[in-house]
Amino acid sequence: MKKTLKERLAILSDAAKYDASCASSGTVKRDSAASGGLGSTEGSGICHAYAPDGRCISLLKILLTNFCIYDCAYCINRSSSNVERARFTPEEVVWLTLEFYRRNYIEGLFLSSGIIRSSDHTMEEMVRIARDLRTVHNFRGYIHLKTIPEASAKLIEEAGLYADRLSINIELPTDAGIDKLAPEKRPENIRRSMGSLRLKIEEMAEPTLQTKRRQKFAPAGQSTQMIVGADGANDATILGTSARLYGSYSLKRVYYSAFSPIPDSSKNLPLIKPPLMREHRLYQADWLYRFYGFDIGEITSARTDGMLDLDLDPKLAWALGHREQFPVDVNRADKEKLLRVPGFGTKTVKSILSSRRFRRIRLEDLKRLGVSLKKVQPFITAEGWTPHRLVDRTDLRAMFEPKPEQLSLL
Amino acid sequence: MIYRYSLRGRGDLTEWRDAARGFLAAGILPNIIEWRTMDDADGLFGFDDNRLPPPDPAHVPLSVPASFVKLAGAVVCHSDPTRFALLYRMLFRILHGRHLMQVATDPDVVAAQRMAKSVGRDYHKMTAFVRFKELPLPEGAVGRRRFISWFEPDHFIIARVAPFFQRRFTDMDWLILTPKGSASWDGETLRTTDDPAEKPDLRDETDELWRTYYSSIFNPARLKVKMMTKEMPKKYWKNLPEAELIPSLIANAEASVIEMGKKAASEPLPFHHRIQEAAANAPVPPRPAAGTLAALKEEARGCTRCDIYCRATQTVFGEGPPDAKVMFVGEQPGDQEDLAGRPFVGPAGKLFSDTLAEVGIDRHSLFVTNAVKHFKYEPRGKRRIHQKPNMGEVRQCRWWLEQEIELVKPKLIVAMGATALFSLTDMRQKLEDVRGEPIAMEDGRIMFVTAHPSYLLRIPDEGRKAEELIRFREDMNKISRLAA
Repeated sequence: MKKTLKERLAILSDAAKYDASCASSGTVKRDSAASGGLGSTEGSGICHAYAPDGRCISLLKILLTNFCIYDCAYCINRSSSNVERARFTPEEVVWLTLEFYRRNYIEGLFLSSGIIRSSDHTMEEMVRIARDLRTVHNFRGYIHLKTIPEASAKLIEEAGLYADRLSINIELPTDAGIDKLAPEKRPENIRRSMGSLRLKIEEMAEPTLQTKRRQKFAPAGQSTQMIVGADGANDATILGTSARLYGSYSLKRVYYSAFSPIPDSSKNLPLIKPPLMREHRLYQADWLYRFYGFDIGEITSARTDGMLDLDLDPKLAWALGHREQFPVDVNRADKEKLLRVPGFGTKTVKSILSSRRFRRIRLEDLKRLGVSLKKVQPFITAEGWTPHRLVDRTDLRAMFEPKPEQLSLL
Repeated sequence: MIYRYSLRGRGDLTEWRDAARGFLAAGILPNIIEWRTMDDADGLFGFDDNRLPPPDPAHVPLSVPASFVKLAGAVVCHSDPTRFALLYRMLFRILHGRHLMQVATDPDVVAAQRMAKSVGRDYHKMTAFVRFKELPLPEGAVGRRRFISWFEPDHFIIARVAPFFQRRFTDMDWLILTPKGSASWDGETLRTTDDPAEKPDLRDETDELWRTYYSSIFNPARLKVKMMTKEMPKKYWKNLPEAELIPSLIANAEASVIEMGKKAASEPLPFHHRIQEAAANAPVPPRPAAGTLAALKEEARGCTRCDIYCRATQTVFGEGPPDAKVMFVGEQPGDQEDLAGRPFVGPAGKLFSDTLAEVGIDRHSLFVTNAVKHFKYEPRGKRRIHQKPNMGEVRQCRWWLEQEIELVKPKLIVAMGATALFSLTDMRQKLEDVRGEPIAMEDGRIMFVTAHPSYLLRIPDEGRKAEELIRFREDMNKISRLAA
């Protein structure tokens, strides 16, 4: 018997939840005031709900189908798994998107799919949904399409005309990992697709000679995801791959997804609790690389095994290993130095730089900015404050480590 | 004397601004004005005493930084009764020290920023957590679809946030009711009031599908309740159709993960075996005939002779007619070449092509390739910094270049730059010693050495750069004559 729409929605959203991204940000501003249609995007994304896993829900994140001819060990939808299978028609996806949108549950669609028949066939169906939403239903909300590396260039080009963001998941940080766990995927194809996507995005962003207007092509750029903990790659390897991806393909984001047990799991994989803290540290390190002027080598240098310290955030871990660079004078140090102080974020640094042109900064000022004094005190000098060689204390690390949990009787 | 001034205090900047201008024009100090609003509990609210003092003739009209006006627009929406006094005090201080807004650490600035942030968050949460429910049209009626929502904001933000809903939900009629006012849209007019509304009784069948989605997208293996309640505080739950599921999702999370763990991998279904079999028997795509350039190119795609390959996007193989008389050899592909998979298409490639065109050489008649076929670089933020390949890498990659030469059999080989020269001769010589003259090679071919175009692009001194460009063009002229 054919499953109801509700039953299929349950299967095909369950199948989509291992994709970490639900971002709806970074695209152009547009609305339906002129078109009289439905939908808008306003630059920063809106999280319409949060699930108890702490993840934001801003898009309807579903698979067109979870039938798949690939057999990737880490994936719930791999062909050898016994999960229930289902598929939507393109019309059903369009209907769900619009009805969910009208009720303000979501602000767009994130559509992915298992590979059925061929890459081109699957990609074509996904592009058709995006095209119908835009051209038939006058939909101006956010669309994120997963791109299939082996799909033809023409289809990917069309996808970029309708979608805000395109993404290809690299899934594992090394080619060897991909070969082992995702035997049908070709790492070189993934890289090549990302490369041609970047070229296309850059080409379309150039104003045309005739109209001087920029064409819209995937205005929110491209992103990717790496699974953390499914293979043996250490954090240095993962972050090194991220740095290369950012530099090579101008990715907007690399998402890290702690490998999480899936139903009917492959025997090749660890059945463990997802390493959530490790995932968190990787995101922090990623931020340090992109916004704080740190090299990957600096971030991962605190330990010899290439792993980030789980007990301390990576900036603090770096600072404890480089005490000779502290204390930093908040009234004189340049922006680059200030950004390296544990406890200072980019906003704080901006406020300090602006304020100190008019007055000397004291600890109270920092406190008012919402800075944790306990954290920054050992690393800075301010008006009326010198840390009295606090940085040299041997128990400095212990001051920041999480308190040991009290044991309780079983 | 103390001035009393009453405001509606419903998020309208104009009423406060008009009064503040009046007080300021009369030079009234902040600490002798008592700002009151409709919400003051003492019941003395009234507009009768709203008389502004006569302006001081010595007063110069004040212009304030745009950032203050923007900040004030948000702060007046806050429900804190001290907001108007705070804003007037800041205004007064700006009059005497114009840079106040830049002192991010000032207590008044911090307080106002905090209020603005709270209003901004309230605005954002309203755009996120309003849930529309459809009010079906009467049987047989046609027209725009109608939706209603009930929401409880913390601050007076209705007029501020209503345009967002208009921009987003243009093609439907909607009405948002709140205890602090309401907003509506009918396709033509956006209306807002600040009169409190009553909570309506609403139902919508689609909520059931949404709840299905909400519970299925949740991953029970990564419970992070604190993170959820930080971003979706409990005070919003009563108006969210999905929130009623949260307690049971949390309670059952652990059990469902354990359940998942117990289930060992089962035997795959027959369709998996069919797919695997089909893949194993899939016809192998026809391979180009052995001993051709096409076959060599195909082989080079999978090259792992050195470690550069897994950092680069793809092998960038030589390009040109298989019987070209002239072959150009560069160093290695750059950023653009790596993405496009073709040699000399980036900035250096453009200089190369332009110079060829100037001296009348048709690039399409040449075989253009590189000593190293993968791009070696160091990631630096959003860019990739070119790294020179080392001798070992050049030697490994010579395997491909030698075969290219063997198949194309060019009469003349042009080495552009020291890396190409090293690859072709295995000798480390100074480029200048051998540049610009034809050199006979052992195999009867002629080699010609010139600079690499990307070297020319990197010369910082404009005068020297122009000289070098002329030399490069002269070399190309010589090549053109040698090739003829």
